[in-house]
Amino acid sequence: MGISRRNFLIRSAALAGAAVVGSITKVRAGQTPDSRGEGYGVLIDTTFCNGCRKCEWACNEWNKNPNQPIKAYENKSVFETYRRTHAHTFTVVNRFINPLNAEPVYVKKQCMHCQDPACVSACFVEAFTKTGRGAVIYNPDVCVGCRYCMIACPFDIPAYEYHEPVSPGVTKCTLCYDRIRRDGGLPACVEVCPTETLRFGPRKELIAVAHERIRNNLKKYVDYVYGEHEVGGTSWLYLSAVPFEEIGLRQDLGTRPIPDTGKGFMFMVKVLEIVAAWPLVFAAFHAIARLRKKNADTRVSADDKNAEEHDRKS
Amino acid sequence: MQKNMTEKADSSSWVRKKIFMGMTFREYLKSCVTLTNGIAALILIVSVPVMIYRLVYGLGPSTNLSDTNPWGIWIGIDVLSGIALAAGGLVIGTAYYLFGMKEYHHFVRPAILTSLLGYLFAVLGLLFDLGRYYRLPYPMVVSFGLSSIMFLIAWHFALYIMVLFVEWSPALWEWLNMRKARQWFSRMAVWATVFGVIIAGGHQSALGALFLIAPGKLHPLWYSELLPLYFLISAIIAGLSIVIFESALTRRIFTEKVEHFDSGRFDRLTISLGKASSAALFTYFFLKLLGLAHAHTWPLLSTPYGFWFLFEMLACVLLPAFLFAYGVRYRNAKVTRWTALLAITGIVLNRVNTSIIAFNWNAPERYYPLWSEVVITVGIITMAVIAFRWIVNRMAILHEHPDYESSH
Repeated sequence: MGISRRNFLIRSAALAGAAVVGSITKVRAGQTPDSRGEGYGVLIDTTFCNGCRKCEWACNEWNKNPNQPIKAYENKSVFETYRRTHAHTFTVVNRFINPLNAEPVYVKKQCMHCQDPACVSACFVEAFTKTGRGAVIYNPDVCVGCRYCMIACPFDIPAYEYHEPVSPGVTKCTLCYDRIRRDGGLPACVEVCPTETLRFGPRKELIAVAHERIRNNLKKYVDYVYGEHEVGGTSWLYLSAVPFEEIGLRQDLGTRPIPDTGKGFMFMVKVLEIVAAWPLVFAAFHAIARLRKKNADTRVSADDKNAEEHDRKS
Repeated sequence: MQKNMTEKADSSSWVRKKIFMGMTFREYLKSCVTLTNGIAALILIVSVPVMIYRLVYGLGPSTNLSDTNPWGIWIGIDVLSGIALAAGGLVIGTAYYLFGMKEYHHFVRPAILTSLLGYLFAVLGLLFDLGRYYRLPYPMVVSFGLSSIMFLIAWHFALYIMVLFVEWSPALWEWLNMRKARQWFSRMAVWATVFGVIIAGGHQSALGALFLIAPGKLHPLWYSELLPLYFLISAIIAGLSIVIFESALTRRIFTEKVEHFDSGRFDRLTISLGKASSAALFTYFFLKLLGLAHAHTWPLLSTPYGFWFLFEMLACVLLPAFLFAYGVRYRNAKVTRWTALLAITGIVLNRVNTSIIAFNWNAPERYYPLWSEVVITVGIITMAVIAFRWIVNRMAILHEHPDYESSH
C-alpha cells in the first residue's frame, strides 16, 4: 500500500471535508433577522399589580396544568416564601416590600421570551424556536432531556418534569403562542388581568408606551424599562417604582445576548481545526515514512513482505 | 497420541482459551473468587438495581436534582472529570504516533484502552442523566442544533470514540487472530491519531466552553472567557497524570503480564512525564492568574468562595507543579507518582467546582447528591475497572503479543 499522490489528495480532502462539515454553523442562534427587536411582547407595570394571582389561575387553566378554583388564589400565605417556576407552574407572582414606604410590591415571573434566547442557542437538537411573533416555544418531540437550557437561561425559567419517568420534558411559559398566533389573540394572563398591570402588543410599541409612562410620572417610576436591553432585549418588559434589584430582577446580566458568549469559541474551534489539520497531516506522513523506512530496513514480517510484493506487482 | 488429544481439546474450546484464559469453567470460576472481585460484585449487586430503578422511575425519585440545580455529579464527575481523565490516550498517542517518541511504546496501549473505556463509561453515565436516554443519537440523526456547543461535543464524542477504537483495535484483532484486520487497523492508527488530535482538542475545550453560556450563574472566580483553554490544558495535565499513576498501578497489579520490565527505564519515563505535567501545571496556574487580572476579580479572593478557589489553586495546582518539578530535579519517581494522584484529585475538584459548587452560587438552594446518585457513579467506575481488567487479562495491552512483531 504505497502513499501515492492520488492517495494523498484523497486523504487530505477527506480530513478537510470533515473539518468543514463540522463548521457549518448558523451565524444567528436560531432566529430570523426580522424577529430581532420585533414581534409581540407584554409590558408589566408592577405599580398596578395588587397580587390577585388571577394570571396564575388563567395560565394553569389554559395550559391544562393542575389548578385550583379561582377563590383559592386569594390566599395570601403563598407570598411568605419566594417562588420560582416549576414543571406545572409556568408563572408565579412574588411579593416584595417597597423599602421606601413598606408597601407590598407584587411581581409576576415567567419566561422573558428573550429576543436572542440562551435556550435556543444551548439546545443541541433545536427543541427551542424563537417565533416571529416573539414567543420562544419548545418542541418535546426532539428533546433529549439534557437540561442544558436550564443551565443556560439567565432568568432561571425552564423547569423539568423530574417526576415524569420515561418521557419528561422541559416546561415554561409559551407566551400563549397558540392564542397569539391568531391576530387579536391575547395571552391568557393578559386577558384575565383586572388591573391593567399586563399589556400585550408589538414590542416596539410597548417600549414607547413604557417610556412615555415614565416621562409622564417621573416621581413614580424608576427611569428604566427592564427587558429593553437585558441580555439583548426580552419580549416581556417591566416598569417599577422600586429599584429592580429589590424586586428579584437581576440588573447584572448585561446587554449582551447570551448566545454571543459561545460564538467566538465555536468560531475559533473551527478555525483551529482547519489550521491544525495541515501540520498534523504532514506529521502523520512523516511518521508513516519513518515507519516504512524502518520496515524496509529490517523486513521483519513475511506477511508484510508478501503484501508489499503483491502491491509492487499490481 | 497425547498431542492429538490436546489439539482436539484446544480447537473445541475456543471459549476456554479466549474467555477463561485457558482454564476450565470450574477453574475459572474458582480463580475469580478473590477479595477485590468480592468487593466489585458487592458494588454491582447494589448499583445495578439502582441503575434500573433510575431508568424506570425517572430522575425525580432517584436524584436530588432540581429546577435550580439541573446538573449533579453524573455530569460533574462521570462526564466532565471522566473525559478529562480519559485524555491519556490523546497525550500519549500524539507523543508516540506523531512526535515519534518511541520510548513511550509500553504506555501507548494501556493509555488508549483507558481512554476508550473512559469515554464509553462517560457516555454510560450521561445516559443516566439524560431525561430521555433512549434519544441519545438524536443530535446525530434527527435534529441538529448547530449553534449549540453541546452539539459540537456530541459529534466530537461519537467521532472520537471511533478514533480510539481504531487505535485500540489491533489488540482486539491479535486476540481474535485476525491478521488482515490487524494490519489494516494498524496502518489506520496514524490517521486516526491525526484526526483524534484535532477533535479531542476541540471537545476537551468545548466542555469548558459549555459554561460560557452562564456568565450570571458561575461564580466570577471560575467564570472566564478562558474557560475553554483552562479545560484543554487541565485535560492534558489529567492525561499525563493518569498515565503516570495508572502505569504504576497496573505494573503492580498485573506483574505477570509485564515482561522484561526495566524499572530504571520505567522510572526515567515516569519522571519525564512528570516534567511535562509540571510545565503544563505552571502554564495553567499563570493563565488562571491572567484570568483573575483580566476580569479584576482579585477582591473576591477574600470571600469564602475565594478561599475555596485559593485552595484549588494552591493545593491542587501550584503544589503539584512544584512537586513534579522536585521529582524531576531529584530524579524521584515515587514523588512523581504520588503527585500525579494529587493532580488528578485537583482536576476532579476543578470539574466539580465548575459544574456544581461554584455553579448557581448565589441561589439559596444548594445541591448535594442523593445516595442513589453516588451509588450509580461508583457502579459505573467499578464497571469500567472490571472491563479494563477483563481486557488486560486477555489481550496484549501490557505486553507484546508473541505471535505478532511489534507494530511500532
